[in-house]
Amino acid sequence: MKKKYKKKNVLPGFGLSLGITMLYMSLIVLIPLSMVFIESSQLGWHDFIKIVTSDRVFHAYKISFATAFVAALVNAVFGLLIAWVLVRYRFPGKRIIDGFIDLPFALPTAVAGITLTTLYGKDGWLGQFFSLFHIKIAFTPIGITIALMFIGLPFVVRMVQPVLENMEKEVEEAAASLGASKQQIFLKVIFPELLPPVLAGFSLAFARGLGEYGSVVFIAGNMPMKTEIAPFMIMSKLEQFDYAGATAIAVVMLVISFVCLIVINLLQKWSRKHEFQSE
Amino acid sequence: MKKRKLFTSAAVVLSTFLLLSGCGKGDSEGSGAKKSVELLNVSYDPTRELYQEYNKEFAKHWKEETGQKVTIKQSHGGSGSQARSVIDGLEADVVTLALAYDIDAIADQKLLNKDWINRFDDNSAPYTSTIVFLVRKGNPKGIKDWDDLTKKGVSVITPNPKTSGGARWNYLAAWGYALQKNNNDEEKAKQFVKDLYKNVEVLDSGARGATTTFVEKGIGDVLIAWENEALLSLKELGKDKFEIVNPSVSILAEPNVAVVDSVAKKKGTTKVAEAYLKYLYSDVGQEIAAKNYYRPRNKEIAAKYKDQFPDIKLFTIDDVFGSWRDTQEKHFNDGGVFDQIYSK
Amino acid sequence: MTTDLVRQEVKSTDGIKHAKKEVNWTKYILMSLMFLYLVVFLLIPLVFIFVKAFEKGAEVYFAAITEPDALSAIKLTILVAIISVPLNVVFGIAAAWLITKFQFKGKQILLSLIELPFAVSPVIAGLVLVLFFGPRGVLGPFLDEFGLKIIFSVPGIIIATMFVTLPFVARELIPVMQAQGKTEEEAAISLGANGWQMFLRVTLPSIKWGLLYGMILCNARAIGEFGAVSVVSGHIRGETNTMPLHVEILYNEYQFSAAFAVASLMSLLALVTLLIKTWIEWRTEKH
Repeated sequence: MKKKYKKKNVLPGFGLSLGITMLYMSLIVLIPLSMVFIESSQLGWHDFIKIVTSDRVFHAYKISFATAFVAALVNAVFGLLIAWVLVRYRFPGKRIIDGFIDLPFALPTAVAGITLTTLYGKDGWLGQFFSLFHIKIAFTPIGITIALMFIGLPFVVRMVQPVLENMEKEVEEAAASLGASKQQIFLKVIFPELLPPVLAGFSLAFARGLGEYGSVVFIAGNMPMKTEIAPFMIMSKLEQFDYAGATAIAVVMLVISFVCLIVINLLQKWSRKHEFQSE
Repeated sequence: MKKRKLFTSAAVVLSTFLLLSGCGKGDSEGSGAKKSVELLNVSYDPTRELYQEYNKEFAKHWKEETGQKVTIKQSHGGSGSQARSVIDGLEADVVTLALAYDIDAIADQKLLNKDWINRFDDNSAPYTSTIVFLVRKGNPKGIKDWDDLTKKGVSVITPNPKTSGGARWNYLAAWGYALQKNNNDEEKAKQFVKDLYKNVEVLDSGARGATTTFVEKGIGDVLIAWENEALLSLKELGKDKFEIVNPSVSILAEPNVAVVDSVAKKKGTTKVAEAYLKYLYSDVGQEIAAKNYYRPRNKEIAAKYKDQFPDIKLFTIDDVFGSWRDTQEKHFNDGGVFDQIYSK
Repeated sequence: MTTDLVRQEVKSTDGIKHAKKEVNWTKYILMSLMFLYLVVFLLIPLVFIFVKAFEKGAEVYFAAITEPDALSAIKLTILVAIISVPLNVVFGIAAAWLITKFQFKGKQILLSLIELPFAVSPVIAGLVLVLFFGPRGVLGPFLDEFGLKIIFSVPGIIIATMFVTLPFVARELIPVMQAQGKTEEEAAISLGANGWQMFLRVTLPSIKWGLLYGMILCNARAIGEFGAVSVVSGHIRGETNTMPLHVEILYNEYQFSAAFAVASLMSLLALVTLLIKTWIEWRTEKH
C-alpha cells in the first residue's frame, strides 16, 4: 500500500506531519478522552444501558439534538449568505462587520448566556416584542436554539469565506459568457464548490451545539423533561459524585457526535468526487 | 532521515509538556517555611464576602498569637463541584461547604476523618442559616407561608436540587413543613412538593443563578432562598424593590466546616488550619458571620442581631430526615423523590 | 495574485449588460438580510454588554479592569493564549498537510477525530483532564511523585485550552489546501526545492489567509473558553482565575457593571486581533 503511494506522491513531510499530528492528538485529546470509556466501564453493561436510556436522559438528548440541529441549519443558510456578501460585495464598514463575526468565539460562553437571557427575557430588549405575541423565548427550547445560533454563527462563515475568496472567477466568467443565467451559475458552478465548506461548517456548529453548556444553562431554565440539555445531565450526575454515570452519558454523546462528524466528512468527500466527475 | 524528524517532533512536543508542567511546580513548594504560611479555603458561592472579611481578621489574630504571617487564598463555586475539585486534587487545607453531604463525599475518599462532624462544636457548623422567601415590594401575591407557594398563578423561583446545595435545603424545608402539617404523611408531603414544583418556572443550576433570575431578570413572584442570600440581595440591590417573608416553619441549615487532614498534613498546616476554623467560633468570628447575614451560634451575639434574624420555628435535618446521606439517597439521587415528582 | 481576483467586484465580471440590474437587486436583498441577522444576533448583544458595562459610569469601569484580581486574570489569560495558539498552529499545519496532500487509510476517521474537540462538551473536556491528570487518574500519582501539579494550576488551564482550540487552525486550513490541490508544490519539488523551501515559498503564501483566520479564531476561543477551564481551574482567586472565570465571579458578587466591564474588555481584545488582521491584509495588498 504505502509503496504504491510513495511512487505517486513526490511531496515530502508525510512522516513528520503524521508524527506531529498523532502525537499531539494522542496527548491532548485521545488519551484523556479514553478516560470516559475507562471510567464508564466500571458500570456493568446492564447499568450502563439503564442510565443512558432513562426517560429523563433520553429527553435531554432529544432536546440537545433538536435545538443543535435547527440552530446549525439556520446558521448554514445565514452563514453562507453572510460569507457571500462579505466576499463578493464592497460596501462601507465591511471590515468592521467582518471583525464582528468572531464575537461569539471571543465572548466567554457564560457572558453570552447571561446577555441573551436578559435580552430575550420577557421584559428584555428583544423579548418584549415577542411577548406581545405571547411567544416566550427565554427558558424554552427556542431560547436554547437562539443561544446555539449565537455560539455557532462564525463556523459556516469562516469555513466558506476562504474557499469563496480562492474561487477562480474565470469559471464563472466563462459560464456567463456561454449564456448561463445568474441562477444557473450559482447552482451549477458556485454552489457545488461551496457545499463542502458549508457542510463542514454545519457539522461543526451542530457538534458544538450538542456539547454547549456555559451559555445554554442560563437560558434553558433546566426544567426536567422540557429544557434539560444533555450536558446538564452530566453535571447533575457529577453533583451526586457519580463519575461512572456521568461518563456513561458522556460516552453516548461522544459516540453520537463522532458518528455525525464521520458521516458529514464522508458526505463532503462524496460531494467533492461527484463534482469532479461531473466536470 | 524521516525517523529523525519524527523523533525531533516528538521531543519538541514532549518537552513542551514538561515545560508546562514545570510551571506548576512553584505552587506546591515554599509552604514548609516557618515565617509565613498559606492556606487555601475552598468554599461555596455565598460565603465570599464573609471570608474576605474574616480572613483579614484571622491573619491579624494569628500574627499576634504566633508571629507567623498567614495568607489565605479563597476559592468559591457550587458546593458540590467544589467538593469534587478537592476530591480530584485541589489542595484545600480547609473546606467550608453548604452541606454535610459534600464533606462526607470528601471523607469517603479518605482525605479526612469520617468523624469530622464532631471535631468542632455544634456539628462543625459555626454559623447557620435558614430558608426564607424573597418577594417583590408590597408582596403583590400575598405570600405568607409555604401553602401560598402551591397556589395557582404563583410563579416560584428555586434552583435545581440536582446541582445546587442551596436548592436541596429549599426542597427539604418545604418537605418538612408538609410533613408537620399532614401528621407525617409522606404521600401528602410528596403531593405538596409536587404542587410546589409545578409552579417553578426556572430551575437555575446554582443558588446565585436563581437569585439573579429573580432579582435582575424580574422573573417569578417569589424566590425561595437562603436567609443570608435574601438579606444580601436586599442590601445590594435595594430595599425598595423586595421584601423578605418568613414562613411559619423552616429548616435549620448548617453549612459545615472541616480541615482536610491529608492535605494539611502534607503541607504542614494542620495547626493553623485548625485555628482558622476554631476562630470562627470566637466573638470576632461570630460577629463577622452575623454582619454577613449568617446566624451566629453565640447567644449573646445572636441577641445583638435579633432584628436581623427573626424567630422562625426551625427543625433540623436530624429531626425530620435522619442523616444527610439517607436524605440524599431518598430524595435527590437518580430515581429519588425529586425525580419521581417530575415523571408524570 | 489570488487576492487581486478577490478584490474584483461582481459588477466587473458581468460581461452581459442586461444582467446588471438583476445583480443589484440580489445584492441589496442579501445585504439587508445579512445586516438584519447580524444586528439582532451580534450587534444588540454587544451593545448591551457595553451599556451594562458603563451603567455605573467610567470610574467603575476602569476600577473594575485595573483591580489586582482582574489584572492577574488578564495576565493569566494572555499567557494561556500565548502558549496554546502557537502549539495549535504547528499542529494545524501538520494535520492539514497530512490530510490534504497524502492518501492513507483511516483519513476520514482522523479528520473526524480532529474535529472531535468541537463536539466534546467543554464539561466533558474538563472532566477527562481531571480524570487523567488528577490524583485518582492514570498520570496523577506519577506526577505527584515529582511534585508536578497540572490540574488546578496553570498547566491544567493551558492543556484544557489547547484541547478546546485544537481543531481551529487545522479545520480552517483543510478546505483551503484542498481547493489548492498539490500541483504547485509538486512542481517546486521537481524543480529541486527542498521541503522547507517548498513550504515557505509555495505553500505558506497560498494558505496565509486561511492560517490567519484559524489563528484568530483559535486565539479568540482561547481567551474566551469558560466551561473546560472552569472545571480544571480550582477557582483560586488571583492565581488560577482567567478572565471568563473572573467575569463569572463578579457577576455572582452582584457587581454586574464590573462583570460586563471585563466582558467588554474581552470583546475589545477580539476586535483588536481583527484590526491586526486587517492591517496585515492591507499591507500585503500594497506590496
